[in-house]
Amino acid sequence: MSLAPQSISTSMISSSSSAFLSPSNLNFNSRQNAWVQAKRISVCKCVAAPQEEKIAYKTKVSRNGNLGKLQAGYLFPEIARRKAAHMLKYPDAEVISLGIGDTTEPIPEVITSALAKRSYALSTQEGYSGYGAEQGEKPLRAAIASTFYKDLGIEEGDIFVSDGAKCDISRLQIVFGSNVTMAVQDPSYPAYVDSSVIMGQTGEFQKDAEKYGKIEYMRCTAENGFFPDLSTVARTDIIFFCSPNNPTGAAATREQLTRLVQFAKDNGSIIVYDSAYALYISDDNPRSIFEIPGAKEVAIETSSFSKYAGFTGVRLGWTVIPKELLFSDGFPVAKDFNRIVCTCFNGASNISQAGGLACLSPEGFKAVHEVIGFYKENTDIIVETFNSLGFKVYGGKNAPYVWVQFPGRSSWDVFSEILKKTHVVTTPGSGFGPGGEGFIRVSAFGHRGNVLEACKRFKHLYK
Amino acid sequence: MEVKLACMVCSVKVRLKAGCSSVVRSAVGRLVQLVNRGRCTKVHRNFNLEKLRNGYLFTEIARRELQHLEKYPNAKVISLGIGDTTQPIPDNISMSMANYARALATAEGYRGYGAEQGNKELRKAIAETHYKDVLVKESEVFVSDGSQCDIARLLLVLGSNVTVAAQDPSFPAYIDSSVIVGQAGDLEDEVGKYCNIEYLECGPGNNFFPDLKGTSRTDIIFFCSPNNPTGHAATQNQLEQLVEFARNNGSIIIFDSAYAAYVTDGCPRSIYEIPGAREVAIEISSFSKFSGFTGVRLGWTVVPEELLFSSGFPVINDFNRIICTCFNGASNIAQAGGLACLSSEGLEAVHSVVDYYKENTKILIDTLASLGIKVYGGINAPYVWAHFPGRKSWDVFAEILEKTHITTVPGSGFGPGGEEYIRISGFGHRESILEASRRLEALF
Repeated sequence: MSLAPQSISTSMISSSSSAFLSPSNLNFNSRQNAWVQAKRISVCKCVAAPQEEKIAYKTKVSRNGNLGKLQAGYLFPEIARRKAAHMLKYPDAEVISLGIGDTTEPIPEVITSALAKRSYALSTQEGYSGYGAEQGEKPLRAAIASTFYKDLGIEEGDIFVSDGAKCDISRLQIVFGSNVTMAVQDPSYPAYVDSSVIMGQTGEFQKDAEKYGKIEYMRCTAENGFFPDLSTVARTDIIFFCSPNNPTGAAATREQLTRLVQFAKDNGSIIVYDSAYALYISDDNPRSIFEIPGAKEVAIETSSFSKYAGFTGVRLGWTVIPKELLFSDGFPVAKDFNRIVCTCFNGASNISQAGGLACLSPEGFKAVHEVIGFYKENTDIIVETFNSLGFKVYGGKNAPYVWVQFPGRSSWDVFSEILKKTHVVTTPGSGFGPGGEGFIRVSAFGHRGNVLEACKRFKHLYK
Repeated sequence: MEVKLACMVCSVKVRLKAGCSSVVRSAVGRLVQLVNRGRCTKVHRNFNLEKLRNGYLFTEIARRELQHLEKYPNAKVISLGIGDTTQPIPDNISMSMANYARALATAEGYRGYGAEQGNKELRKAIAETHYKDVLVKESEVFVSDGSQCDIARLLLVLGSNVTVAAQDPSFPAYIDSSVIVGQAGDLEDEVGKYCNIEYLECGPGNNFFPDLKGTSRTDIIFFCSPNNPTGHAATQNQLEQLVEFARNNGSIIIFDSAYAAYVTDGCPRSIYEIPGAREVAIEISSFSKFSGFTGVRLGWTVVPEELLFSSGFPVINDFNRIICTCFNGASNIAQAGGLACLSSEGLEAVHSVVDYYKENTKILIDTLASLGIKVYGGINAPYVWAHFPGRKSWDVFAEILEKTHITTVPGSGFGPGGEEYIRISGFGHRESILEASRRLEALF
């Protein structure tokens, strides 16, 4: 049983509660940063005033065993928690966040004025709209199709607008159900594995391997150019593939994706292709899986406005499910996804969607590219810094993430060292899977001044 | 004479003799699907989804309305079906959202990822406004993008091995989501019920409150009050019985209070008005029908700290984990709007709109009652539940649509207990409501 505490706020722990966070009678007290014995008021046979035994009422509902398999809190709240703890310890430190990939630059005005305009319109008779189509507003679906999938045979009807990729991943998992097997890159964005555990697709966590049973982990390393050796990968129903990759920053080539599509075709698998960082590509790599012939019969693509338009808080994304993608009995996957979207969701916010449409106007799209360009310059600065310090550096060219190697070292240790000595938050590679051990992910989202200052501090630490 | 059928997905074409029965056509459709096998993946469809017989109820209503419009392009169709709000959002609220949006273009006003549980101020405002007379802590409030989404997330937390009870009739998302997550078992076609779900019949005969003595234990009990679709608001006494029932059975109530703002006659607005509820109940609610946020998307769920699984593990911990992993928070602009709704100026404005819909509903009740139709609800909810004894609800729905161009919702869409009833919603422009009343008077 891991001793790493779950991300729990202090208000959730009360001394009179016998809520157990671990099998033993211990509660984690984050103020004391220690496990403390849970207090229980026991029966006291007292002459004056007998006290009642206060044992908390429990329902008879069994906890979902799948959630019990999760080893710790979701990765990014844990990073946030450590940052907060650090800031409490060093209240005067100027902490710089290059951990969670959170955008920092303002949204271009052409887009925010569309958001504002839609907001105002909702207070008028002509402009008011209630429930929208769960699949998204038609003009936005059409704009997404024509902007990102022009000439790829993807139509407006194949696009499902959402409140973001993380939510779409779980909705896709609900569609797939608990009886499918899945493969992920190792390392990978934690939501793929975590949502799979929650859905009941996996076995128990194997401590020695640091992997969940029944998941096929496709190792992506510097040695294999961060593309898995498919000849060693067992067949699974679903293959999650993110390119450009979070966290490694690697962008798969056309040749590699052709092999992936062929692999999926040979195995009758479905690829869930995460293209959230496609607009960061500098090279010639494919921006959509649907650039690969035959992909429409094997792939779903999910993407997001988060890292393009700074919509991390506004919440907008989309998923593409081609009509040609069929389950083994011929039933179209899009139909089941549509059912989930209609039943378990109620559409992305209409205001956010108005913003999305503005992002895809000529003026908006130009502005979006400028912000992306800004973050790419940040990435260049970070890459150059670590290169100059003699580190082996990966990624950074086609994604806003720099994947820095610290051979032989535990990534949580390096994370802690960097945080303690430079007050810069990064993300330990092992948080993305065992294949991330020995690496640190440095994200390039930040004000230019902060990125330059952080690099100065790195140079000082590792000179 | 031959009819050509082309597969919508691939280029396979099949020829049929004209006049084939629908059975043959569907067999051909299946054949075409099988021919597609060469292009199918080997991933089995989730058998839980196969158990859903029809599309989601409101999708079906929308479809029928569209079909009707195609048939009668000049008809002025009045929608009293899907409970979609129609009145503009009050100025001060939309202004807050516009201001927040514009601030996102500035260095000081820009915000990225918010806390997945919601903006602190908003959580506090919800706790202090909606739960001012009961104990609900800010930390127990989880802001969301709406109840329909929260229901699915709650069932994801609970998993496929729990048993579920729902009122009959009830909001379809409870049962449909339960089927999707794998809790419901198979559909028994003849009775229209899923075999693992406990249906809590609610009708005039039992004052729209289930006979709990005759009810089997389930892990989870969905309970909506004021109720969609019947409009009944459970009394203090009824909810005390429910909480006691849950307590005795170690069950968890998921209490849907989306229509609490419509309560007129003093019935409880929150399950937490009942002593002991904190240890047995989760409450979900929404800004949709309260503030016209049906498109803006904002709601919340309360999970009390005292609510524990049988092992003693707090439910709130698992809900928090799902929120952090399967969700990324409600839109920050929507949350800014929510905060404005809960200011004193906002509350006043929002309640005016709620009153407007309540007046609509009263007009509809009066109309139907004057026609001799037995009506229920409408006093504590924006829904009128009209009884058509001996008639199939889809037939009545179709008749009303065909003859008066008014969309309603057939009661059986909410469960077998809704057969013979029609739900008419009180959302609409006043003129539409008045016109609808005139047309109903003409028909009946």
